[in-house]
Amino acid sequence: MNYRNSLYTNQTDTPLRRRHSSKWRAAIALLAATGLTLASSHANPPTSEVNTTGLAVTDTEVTVGQLHSATGTMAISETGSIQAEQLAIEQINAAGGVLGRQIKVIQEDGASDWPTFAEKAKKLLVNDKVAAVMGCWTSASRKAVLPVFEKENGMLYYPTFYEGLEQSKNVIYTGQEATQQIIAGLDWIAKEKDAKTFYLIGSDYIWPRTSNKIARKHIENVLGGKVVGEEYYALGHTQFGSLINKIKLKKPDVVYAIVVGGSNVSFYKQLKAAGVTAEKQTVLTISVTEDEVLGIGGENLVGFYSAMKYFQSLENPNNEAFVKAFKEKYGEDSVIGDVTQAAYLGPWLWKMAVEKAGSFDVDKVAEASPGIEFDQAPEGYVKIHPNHHLWSKLRIGQWQEDGQAKVLYESELIEPDPFPEGYQ
Amino acid sequence: MEYSWEDLRAIFVMQGFAGISLFSVLLLMGLGLALIFGQMGVINMAHGEFMALGAYTVYFCSELTQSLAPSFGPYYFVIAIGLAFLGSALLGALVEWAMIRHLYHRPLDTLLATWGLSLILQQTYRSIFGAREVTPELPGWLMGSFSVSDTIDIPINGVFVLGLAIAVTCGVLLFMFRTPFGLRLRATVQNRKMSGAVGINTEKVDRLAFAIGCGIAGIAGAAFTTIGSTGPDSGSRYIVDAFLVVVFGGAASLFGSVVSAFGIAQAQSILEFFLEGTMGKVATLFFIVVVLMFRPQGLFPGKVRSN
Repeated sequence: MNYRNSLYTNQTDTPLRRRHSSKWRAAIALLAATGLTLASSHANPPTSEVNTTGLAVTDTEVTVGQLHSATGTMAISETGSIQAEQLAIEQINAAGGVLGRQIKVIQEDGASDWPTFAEKAKKLLVNDKVAAVMGCWTSASRKAVLPVFEKENGMLYYPTFYEGLEQSKNVIYTGQEATQQIIAGLDWIAKEKDAKTFYLIGSDYIWPRTSNKIARKHIENVLGGKVVGEEYYALGHTQFGSLINKIKLKKPDVVYAIVVGGSNVSFYKQLKAAGVTAEKQTVLTISVTEDEVLGIGGENLVGFYSAMKYFQSLENPNNEAFVKAFKEKYGEDSVIGDVTQAAYLGPWLWKMAVEKAGSFDVDKVAEASPGIEFDQAPEGYVKIHPNHHLWSKLRIGQWQEDGQAKVLYESELIEPDPFPEGYQ
Repeated sequence: MEYSWEDLRAIFVMQGFAGISLFSVLLLMGLGLALIFGQMGVINMAHGEFMALGAYTVYFCSELTQSLAPSFGPYYFVIAIGLAFLGSALLGALVEWAMIRHLYHRPLDTLLATWGLSLILQQTYRSIFGAREVTPELPGWLMGSFSVSDTIDIPINGVFVLGLAIAVTCGVLLFMFRTPFGLRLRATVQNRKMSGAVGINTEKVDRLAFAIGCGIAGIAGAAFTTIGSTGPDSGSRYIVDAFLVVVFGGAASLFGSVVSAFGIAQAQSILEFFLEGTMGKVATLFFIVVVLMFRPQGLFPGKVRSN
């Protein structure tokens, strides 16, 4: 009886109490909301002014898209970019957002499949009406989404160093185009090691082939050196015995390597096993960042050189803060490679362009972008060129046992030149 | 003359070894499949994933040793290979029981079913071990090289894989031709009904043969961790070479697989040396296509189960 009684009272009691509390809550929420709108209408320009093309922008929120491979082969490489972009967005939101609006992210998975990238890009631009997209990694995925961005007039921030030969109003390239990564690096090694003969090696697809083409022109026409061998191996190739023998036979001053993915690990392991170490052979690569070293193992790379614009070990206050924030969010063991840093720049450059334009409209953002300077970048100072690439420096890092690079050389700011004359 | 005789001799030796090393890799890839596809006639598209399972077993053991008993580091690899065999064999037996045995009379459905299995396994690896390629911490005695002279270095991991390939091949041959089970297996392959009639439990034979084939794939995968890294889709890279070896050798002949692995490896390694990487591979495949046009049954044709 007692039990039933208590049950009964409880039943009547609870809804009553709920009704009370919900009334209170509604009242508070209403007050807060009016307060907020009042406050924000003072601080923020009205949405009708900053968004004339129907993008997903409200008085308090702006939606951007993130389009990378979270699954499939490329997930290995793209995960770092996803993380860096989310970190940047989180920091921007904590600092008050963009034009007073918090950034909301819609993340789509390109699944390492290029048609999927195009389809998801269309979904983000047409259905979600995102104000900008941070995304893509491989050139193949970028080529697949480019027509979509141009047709639907979207804005893409692309983080990877790539082969160049492209420029679009709708893309900001935050990584280096080929000449920025190749020419200064070759100049350095030719001078430092008095190198005359080069052996060019690459995985067999567009980026290594285009890059080696530029490298060959520069070696032959500018440095007056000689290319003693140039060859390509299929993606995923693991047996480099014959190649290593040829290297030993021809004894080039420099091995210039653009091997990627799983092949990377086999290539450097077998070099070491065949006795080709840094004491006997100079190796310069543009395809090994801290991310790859994690797989290859620092001990297999000791003394070899990478030409990149960013290394995790860079010593400057921006980078120290960035590395600290990244490790706090993603764990002490996480590493930051060149592309991860470039991906981190995307949301910031977009925010600055929007605020300079005073509008989220893609045309205005694209127009406002050239000339934007970001001196909080972990890599140091960067500036957007009218061709939508970044002015950036090139660094040479020498790999150490612990998987970090010792930075030996830093160039001046290099002007991006996606269509280099005399190199095609 | 650009090169000294000393150089040429060194290159000749090392090039020879590069070919032999590739041969041992191809042989390990092909052996398990030679049992499953060659002897049993099952097109196992998930064969590469069994190799990846072996590789992941080694990685798992390596991580475990690192965290629990670092002093055991130099020795764990040998035990890990054993575990890789057992793990893959067990999964193989399970797959045979759950899937393959229902499809023996429908080879094309087996193809589809095992392909589906390979996708499932890939995603499982991705969920458990992550999308990044992993490399186990290898014991020191496996790294480095024997320096025969100033210019000749023979990589130790290559010698190790070669030794393992020879051991596994001898093991399989002894097993097939010198044990009662091997006799029963060969009998079943030649005439299933008659074998059943004389009292051979053909279902048990099938299961064990499939399990052993998968186990060998596991050993192969374990051995490859000394050469390259392992990712969720490493298996799909191995499978093409594995089928190439078995089909080119003549599906039903174990000896054929050995010869074909040797032929392909030497051709590829020599052509890569004199041409360049991509063209070397193109020329090798072209050579195989031409041979198969004239000998569609492979180098050593035999009987495949037809019932």
